[in-house]
Amino acid sequence: MLRVRNLEVVYDDVMLVLRGVSVTVPPGGVVALLGANGAGKTTLLRAITGLLDVHDGEVTKGAVTLDDEPVHHLRPAALVRRGICQVMEARRIFAELTVEENLRIGGHTSPSRIKPRLDDVFDLFPVLEQRRRRTAGYLSGGEQQMLAIGRALMAEPRYLLLDEPSLGLAPRLVEQVREIIMAINKRGTGILLVEQNATMALSIAGHGYVLETGRVVLDKPAAQLLADDDIREFYLGLGRKSFRDVKHYRRRKRWLS
Amino acid sequence: MAELIEAVLRGLGTGSVYALLALGFVIIYKATRVISFAQPAFMLAGVTMVTYLVLEVSFWVAVPVAALLTGLLALGVERLAVRPMVGRPAFVVAIITLGVDVAVRVVVNAFIGLDVRNVLDPWGLRTVGIGGIDMQQRHLAAFLTTAALVAALFAFFRFTRMGLAMRAAAYDQEAALAQGVSVGTVFALSWGLAGALAAVAGTFAAAGSSVDAALWLIALTALPVIILGGLDSLPGAVVGGLAIGVLQELTATYQNHAPWLGGNVSVITPYVVMLLVLLVRPYGLFGTREVERV
Ligand SMILES: Nc1ncnc2c1ncn2[C@@H]1O[C@H](COP(=O)(O)OP(=O)(O)OP(=O)(O)O)[C@@H](O)[C@H]1O
Ligand SMILES: [Mg+2]
Repeated sequence: MLRVRNLEVVYDDVMLVLRGVSVTVPPGGVVALLGANGAGKTTLLRAITGLLDVHDGEVTKGAVTLDDEPVHHLRPAALVRRGICQVMEARRIFAELTVEENLRIGGHTSPSRIKPRLDDVFDLFPVLEQRRRRTAGYLSGGEQQMLAIGRALMAEPRYLLLDEPSLGLAPRLVEQVREIIMAINKRGTGILLVEQNATMALSIAGHGYVLETGRVVLDKPAAQLLADDDIREFYLGLGRKSFRDVKHYRRRKRWLS
Repeated sequence: MAELIEAVLRGLGTGSVYALLALGFVIIYKATRVISFAQPAFMLAGVTMVTYLVLEVSFWVAVPVAALLTGLLALGVERLAVRPMVGRPAFVVAIITLGVDVAVRVVVNAFIGLDVRNVLDPWGLRTVGIGGIDMQQRHLAAFLTTAALVAALFAFFRFTRMGLAMRAAAYDQEAALAQGVSVGTVFALSWGLAGALAAVAGTFAAAGSSVDAALWLIALTALPVIILGGLDSLPGAVVGGLAIGVLQELTATYQNHAPWLGGNVSVITPYVVMLLVLLVRPYGLFGTREVERV
C-alpha cells in the first residue's frame, strides 16, 4: 500500500503548494489523479519519488508511507529500489543516448536483471526493439512516451506513477497508452495516473481524486466520478471555470430553487 | 619540411598534456555544470606525488599510484568543499574551486621545496628518428598514453553502467535521479577522473625537465583549450588540446620570421586563439550552442 497522508509541500521555503493531501494507492490498483494546471499534481509525484530537493521543495507536514514505512525522506535511488518509479511529465528521455542506453539507465539500480528486463520491455513495446540502436531524440512523440514508460519498467516497479502520459498524443496513441497502462497493471503493478484527460484516466482507474490548488476536493470511486455532473462539466467542456466555481454555482442554484 | 613535421610532432606531445587537463575540465563540467579552476592544483599535486613515489618504486608504478591518489584527493575536495555548494550560482562555485586551487597549491609547494625534483621518467630528452625526422621520446610517450586514455574513457562512457549514468546525468540530472542514478556518485566520479587525468598530465609536463611551482602555468593553457573545443565536448577537449599544442610549437618554430612580435609570442598564442574563438564562436568548435542550460 502506497499512502500519502496529510501532505504539505513548500517550494523555496515560502510557496505552499500542497495543503494536506491524502491519497492511497492499493497494491495492484489503478488510481487517477485529476486537476487543472498548477493544481499540484506533479508536485505530489515529486514528493512521492524524492525529487522535491531538485526543485528546492520540501515536505513540511504529513507523510508518504510504503507499506506503513515512512519513505518521504529517502533519496530517489532508494525509492526506486523499493519499487516506486515515475514516468515524468514531458517524457524526459535522454535524447542524446540510444533507445537501449535509455532503457539500461532505467535498470541502473538492478544491473544483474537488465537482460531479462530488456527482453520483457521489448515484448511490451516491439517498436523499441526495432529502434534499439537509434538515438532516442529522433523517435516520434508516441515512441518517446513508450520509451519513457519502458525505461521506468526496467526497474520492475511495484508502483508506477505516470505524469500526463497522454499529453500531446493523437487520439489513437492515447488509446494505445491506455492499453499499455492496463497491461502493466494486469501484471500486478499499482498505478497512480495523473491526467488532464479525465475520460481516459477514469476509464481504467478504480478510484479517482480531484486536486485543486493543493487540496483534494473530490475523492470517489472512478465510476462515481465519471457519472459526476461537476466532473463532466469541468473536464468535458463548458468553459474554463474552476471546479470550485462550478460547485458554488450549483449550490447557489439549489438555494435559489 | 622536416622542421615543420618536427614542430607538429612536438606540438602533439605538448598538446597531449593540454588534452588530458582539458578532458578533466570537461568531465567535471558535463557532470556537475561547475567550471573547476582546481585542475592546475591537482596536476601539481599529482606530479609532486610522482616525484616522491619514484624514489621508492619504479616510474611505471609511481604514475598510476599517484593518479589514483590524486583522484582520491580530488574526490575528497569535491565532497568537502564543492558538494555543500550545490545549487548556488555557478559563479560562486567557480570561485570556491579557485580557492581550492590556491589552498592545494600552497600545501603542494611546501612539498616541492627548494630542491630540484624529478619524475625520473625513462625518456629524458632522448629522441627517436624515422626517415630523418626526430621526435622526442617523451612527446611520443605523452601522445600514445593520451590516445590510450582517451580510448579507455570512450569505452567507459559507452559501455559501463556508471559511464552511462554519467552521460544521462549530464543530459538531464533530474531524469537520471528519477531512474535511481545517484547524482552524488556521478559528481564524485567526475572529480576523481579529472584528478587522475591531471596527475598523468603533470607527469608528462615534467618529463625531461623538473617540477616546480611554475608548472601550473601549463595547466592554465587548458582554459583556452576548452574554449576552443567547447566547454561540454570531450572530443573537443582532445582536438582542442592537440590543436593548441601544435599551434604553439609552430609559432615557437617560425616566430623568427616575424621578429616584431617579440621572442615569446608562442606563450600567448593559446590566449589569442581563445579571444578569437570567444568573438566568433563562443560555444567552441564542438560545444553545444546553448551551454548555459542552468
Ligand atoms: N520548482 C518550483 N518552484 C516554485 N514553485 C513551483 C515549482 N514547481 C511548481 N511550482 C508551483 O507549484 C504549483 C503546482 O505546480 P505543479 O507543477 O505541481 O502543478 P500540476 O498540477 O502538475 O500542473 P500541470 O497540469 O500544469 O502540470 C504551481 O503553482 C507552480 O507554479
Ligand atoms: Mg504537472
